[in-house]
Amino acid sequence: MVSVCLYFQVHQPYRLKRYSVFDIGNNHDYFDVVKNRDTLKKVAEKCYLPANKAMLELIRKTDGKFRIAYSMTGVVLDQFEEYYPEVLDSFKELVNTGAVELLGETYFHSLSYLYSKSEFIDQVRMHEKKLKKLFNYKPTVFRNTELIFKNELAYDLENMGYKAVLAEGADHILGWRSPNFIYTPKTCKNIKLLLKNYRLSDDVAFRFSEKSWGEWPLTAPKFAGWVSSVNGNGNTVNLFMDYETFGEHQWADTGIFEFLKSMPHEILRHPHNNFKTPSEVVESYNTMGELDIHFPVSWADIERDLSAWLGNTMQRSAAYELYRMEGAVRASGDASLMNDWRKLQTSDHFYYMCTKWFNDGDVHKYFNPYSTPYDAFISFMNVLNDMRLRLNKKEDNNAKREMLHECARS
Amino acid sequence: MKVLMFGWEFPPLSAGGLGTACYGLTKGLSINGIEITFVLPKLMAGINGKYVKLRSAASKKVKMIGINSPLQQYMTSESYRKLVQGKESFISQASTSMYGGNLLEEVHRYAAQAALVALEEDFDIIHCHDWLTFLAGIEAKKATGKRLIVQVHATEFDRGGGNGVNQQVYDIERAGMHFADRIVAVSQFTKDTIVRHYGIPADKVSVVYNAVEKSECTDQFKIGGNEKIVLFLGRITLQKGPEYFLYAAKKLLDFRKDVKFIMAGTGDMLPRMIELSADLGIADKVMFTGIVRGKEVDRLYRMADLYVMPSVSEPFGITPLESIINGTPVIISNQSGVSEILKNALKVDFWDVNDITNKMLAVLNYSALSKTLKEHGSVEIEKFTWERSAREMIRVYKRVLGW
Repeated sequence: MVSVCLYFQVHQPYRLKRYSVFDIGNNHDYFDVVKNRDTLKKVAEKCYLPANKAMLELIRKTDGKFRIAYSMTGVVLDQFEEYYPEVLDSFKELVNTGAVELLGETYFHSLSYLYSKSEFIDQVRMHEKKLKKLFNYKPTVFRNTELIFKNELAYDLENMGYKAVLAEGADHILGWRSPNFIYTPKTCKNIKLLLKNYRLSDDVAFRFSEKSWGEWPLTAPKFAGWVSSVNGNGNTVNLFMDYETFGEHQWADTGIFEFLKSMPHEILRHPHNNFKTPSEVVESYNTMGELDIHFPVSWADIERDLSAWLGNTMQRSAAYELYRMEGAVRASGDASLMNDWRKLQTSDHFYYMCTKWFNDGDVHKYFNPYSTPYDAFISFMNVLNDMRLRLNKKEDNNAKREMLHECARS
Repeated sequence: MKVLMFGWEFPPLSAGGLGTACYGLTKGLSINGIEITFVLPKLMAGINGKYVKLRSAASKKVKMIGINSPLQQYMTSESYRKLVQGKESFISQASTSMYGGNLLEEVHRYAAQAALVALEEDFDIIHCHDWLTFLAGIEAKKATGKRLIVQVHATEFDRGGGNGVNQQVYDIERAGMHFADRIVAVSQFTKDTIVRHYGIPADKVSVVYNAVEKSECTDQFKIGGNEKIVLFLGRITLQKGPEYFLYAAKKLLDFRKDVKFIMAGTGDMLPRMIELSADLGIADKVMFTGIVRGKEVDRLYRMADLYVMPSVSEPFGITPLESIINGTPVIISNQSGVSEILKNALKVDFWDVNDITNKMLAVLNYSALSKTLKEHGSVEIEKFTWERSAREMIRVYKRVLGW
């Protein structure tokens, strides 16, 4: 028996404006409303709406045999509500079929787990509340930002009530083992680990339209054949990818939607295949053993590490300065400061500062609203300086108020 | 392969990037096995005697010939007139030899001499650098029937900085470009100018980027105290945008006072810039050095925390590469050829004084930015070698010769 487990990541950040030193102290609107709205509309029309429609049809045509999972960040859900409620409606319709699982994650698609556990827990709970409110849904499986994972995360998630967590099936953590089984992270008792089959996932997400690839063009029967060949040496094929694969990373004219529409039927043609959501997979199969993942892994680039977000001095310095403000931001009790601070935690801001691909002139550029990583860093740091001014002002005011109260009492 | 090359200046006695580029390219070509006869105006280069050897490993492959002429790069008719009349000139190595009544006559006279040199020399192809040599190239081609390559390091449109062009200079540039078998531009930026303003089809122009020599300087220089130093280095002319540097300096000083600005170099706008710094009330923060040469240049780069090149129109711009070689991050204008290939630099539009200020402050305030620019810059700079430029130039030679 092979279960195909599909999970799609749905996320859009709040991109920053070009924020100059002359804005510091004068302008507290950090985010580029026009660009964020336009991007969301564009991606909604190229990807979210047509892909949701295709998913819904597939679920109905297969009587719910086709099953999928989404992880939707709080910030993308907020943007749907604000800029494009129809997209949210179509996701609700999907969730209502019962064939769709929603995963838990940090509300702000942040790297908070690496810097502040208290902040991480707050954001996970915020996200759970959001899912409850919009979909009346309680997630039981977790995926951390960028699939960043280490043992300790699983341990903490277990205490937070999660029963499974997703991670990258990176070669350096698996060794000779296969990603097509369930594992238990070292130091944990109950929580299960689902690992991405990166070869098959990336065949769709990255190589689908790559004409220099030996397997191009990728057809649904060919792909279903690869999946079926796992029968006998695996329980689950975990296909994890960005939802924007459909129509945005792979444009409609590559035939990606036709592939999507026929792939489930081809997979179900084989009597030993089925589709399961992540929580169904962990209920159906036993764990194959323990995995020890001491250093963080992610799903990014060849390195599968943190270097896309925290690889250079600028990135680490920006993250350090940001999280250093946590205490002051919390103490301020100012909701708008808190909200801005959290939106700045979205990992995309750090990704824009990545220099490793910039120097090879490669993929990151396409997703980067800045022309260089340096421009991204400068705007981000200028914004932090303005935040610091706001915090200082707030502290001064609070101190004054305190003093007045003091006087009034005496 | 043997190349007859016509140039106008050569280090150490050069006023700008052309001499640096000619030297680098010549060295790179000779390392790649090309033999070069390099013809220069004799008096300008301070060259005594007919042949000069380059101080390089491959010096055997390069021979230098001086032709008697007081011509210098970056000369205008006005400065030439002053020069031959024995009056002061803004270029220091002035010669007072009397030749021709004006610059253009001299260019023609030099061209006739060039033809004589060409007839005596043995070579496969003619390569000349910028308009002063174009007539020489044309005459040499007419006399020998050999193929001609003209390399454009700057056009009259760059030198004018948007303030019009000298028609006679333009005519010579245009004639050289049309008579040449192929044109080499130092950037896409320059190629675009050539195509747009000189009626040349794009497929007649190749782009070969400049490069940079490794710095021999290893010392660290610091002015006492903790003051930051921001450097401008180049000819102080309209083309280089010196006033934008000063306007940005003024704005920056509103944010922090512990910064000094050095303007190194000279040029016709120097007096105005000294006045401007006084008018802006920042005279105590700006230092003018006058002409700097050789080791002093490396020292300045090393002294500085940041180098800024706000050029209005910069066909290439080797100085940012020199700065990075010396470990100092750079801000360069988008209106430069070097911005096409240099990634680890901050880029601005020369007229956007606020953006220049913003980026200057970012480098001075955020040490992580400066550090990352340095780290990545020092890796990237390894790519810009003259050997590589020379290999590309050899491909152009072979294409023209049908080899």
